[in-house]
Amino acid sequence: MTAYILHFALCIEELMMENPYLPIPMVVKKSHLETTDRMLRTLEFSFINEKDAKAFHFIPGQFCELSVFGKGEAPFGIASSPTENGSLKFTINKAGVVTTTLHQIEEGTEVGIRGPLGNGYPMDLFQKKNILIIGGGFAFTTLRSLITFFLHPANRNKVKDITVIYGARTPGLLLYKEELVEWGKRSDIKLVVTVDQGDKDWKGKVGLVPNVLEEVAPSSENTYAVICGPPIMIKFTFPKLMALRFPNERIYTSLEKRMKCGIGKCGRCNIGHLYVCKDGPVFSYAQLEKLPKDY
Amino acid sequence: MKWKLDKKDFKPFLQSLMVEYDLFAPVQLAEGVSVYKKIDRPDEVDLSSSNTQKPTKEVFFPQSETMFRYEKTGNQHQVTSTEEVERKRVILGARPCDIQAVLLIDQVFSGKEYTDVYYVNKRKATTIIGMACDHPLSPCFCSSMKGGPFHREGSDLLLIDLGEAYLVELLTEKGMTFQKNKFFKEALAKEINSAKEIEERATKKTDGSLPVAGIEKRLDQMMESPFWERVQEKCIGCRICTYLCPTCHCFDIVDEALTNKGQRVRNWDSCLSSLYSQETSGHNPRPTNRERTRQRIMHKFNYFPKNFDRIACVGCGRCIIYCPVNFDIRQTIKEIQNSILQNEK
Repeated sequence: MTAYILHFALCIEELMMENPYLPIPMVVKKSHLETTDRMLRTLEFSFINEKDAKAFHFIPGQFCELSVFGKGEAPFGIASSPTENGSLKFTINKAGVVTTTLHQIEEGTEVGIRGPLGNGYPMDLFQKKNILIIGGGFAFTTLRSLITFFLHPANRNKVKDITVIYGARTPGLLLYKEELVEWGKRSDIKLVVTVDQGDKDWKGKVGLVPNVLEEVAPSSENTYAVICGPPIMIKFTFPKLMALRFPNERIYTSLEKRMKCGIGKCGRCNIGHLYVCKDGPVFSYAQLEKLPKDY
Repeated sequence: MKWKLDKKDFKPFLQSLMVEYDLFAPVQLAEGVSVYKKIDRPDEVDLSSSNTQKPTKEVFFPQSETMFRYEKTGNQHQVTSTEEVERKRVILGARPCDIQAVLLIDQVFSGKEYTDVYYVNKRKATTIIGMACDHPLSPCFCSSMKGGPFHREGSDLLLIDLGEAYLVELLTEKGMTFQKNKFFKEALAKEINSAKEIEERATKKTDGSLPVAGIEKRLDQMMESPFWERVQEKCIGCRICTYLCPTCHCFDIVDEALTNKGQRVRNWDSCLSSLYSQETSGHNPRPTNRERTRQRIMHKFNYFPKNFDRIACVGCGRCIIYCPVNFDIRQTIKEIQNSILQNEK
């Protein structure tokens, strides 16, 4: 029997190599509500063991299995960027047992984490290209990771123009509001925030994401598009991308599926012969075109 | 050189195995309910059934398995993993079809990027003593699936029942370590010949005529075929075919908790269950039995071959024997092969 105390000693790095099912101990550092409907909350975690922090390397678009002992595990895309050292952020929609517990969890509580899992965004392909990022609702989490990564001074010159179109149903449902304001002031990113329906304080754009995309009409030349959002948004945005002559090979999205193991063993997140957890969650439309519509 | 084990020496042989190994072999829990169990007394071993009800995979991948235990003291969680296998193991009496299946799911659980230590540790610690199948049943079609009742691949030793004795073949390095076993004697030429006759007889008895060649390519074009409507009509979604399938490897992971302690457990799961793919949002990518039965067949005959170059069916016949509505996968295979595809119309 291998026994270990989460707080002390023990090289979890080695344990992870040996047993990918054992969670790494982390502690909840901060927790705050993101949206006015009180359904979305961002939690910030830090590693308890220095070694784990050093061993944890990820790229935007990857996810983790968050573990609440006694409740279970659930997968979440990493919302923080690798450039934000020392902690990991996840924005969590209150929906089931694990997420409800995470919403109620107190700062200082210990949780477990497994990851990073999945492939992440194709960062190599993005080099020296323009990036068009389209997000809707709370699917903006890993897109925040991607944007934050490229806006970091060490990475900004890795890509050319960054255009972001982000929409939510109402202003209160937008994530990362303070950061949106910051990004809006910068000259090295073109940010268009839109809501389906404004309120009395909203001075920004009102309009559906597909229509706003049509209006902004970014060039597809030398550009990669990354689109994450609810199925209905994707359904209507995709034809607009086609009209802008984005080829399928240069449109990427991140899929969700019910997952358990996160490492391609337990079987449930397959789309055709691929597993969303291991071969995804990021896929190009060229890839998806060849797969069964089983998602 | 081939060896034999007299049946009068069989129990002492089992006893001697148990000194060095944890022995797993078929036992009868009740009439017709035969499963693998860790043996405490050689008397328990019952090799009379053609095959166990639950497949050999259970020894490596139990129906329910604790992955770790945890205990909370203050703010800390002490986690105790259960991945280690304390003693070497022997599986005795596994049929060639089940052993084939273990070789198939080996590829899933070992994997390039991640190793499933719970499975792999057990697998590495285990010597497999196969039992040749001298009386294949009518639903058996191993010979169509690159196997056969005497298929030796994956067995470290193979026993062939000669009546008064077992002929023993030592097939691998692990098997060769049994060379000096005191219960093994040199087999006589007539015994070796008699084993050959039994092999020929048994091989003739299993169906090798099922047309599986090319099925992967055909299924590539059948995702949206009305065929699946027909396939699912009969199925009541009881999932027994997936639980008893020696190549099905899906599992669920759950926490079982008391106040301050608990355990994380994995349990066999089935793609034929509606909850299997149901997401928290309510969205279910496989909302009806049509998508779920399609997934079962596609995984075995299309997705698995794409990933591992082999069909994930070994022809053990369990899904045919135990299906409460007489769903016959052989019929499904034939229908797929005979269906008219879009481009052939």
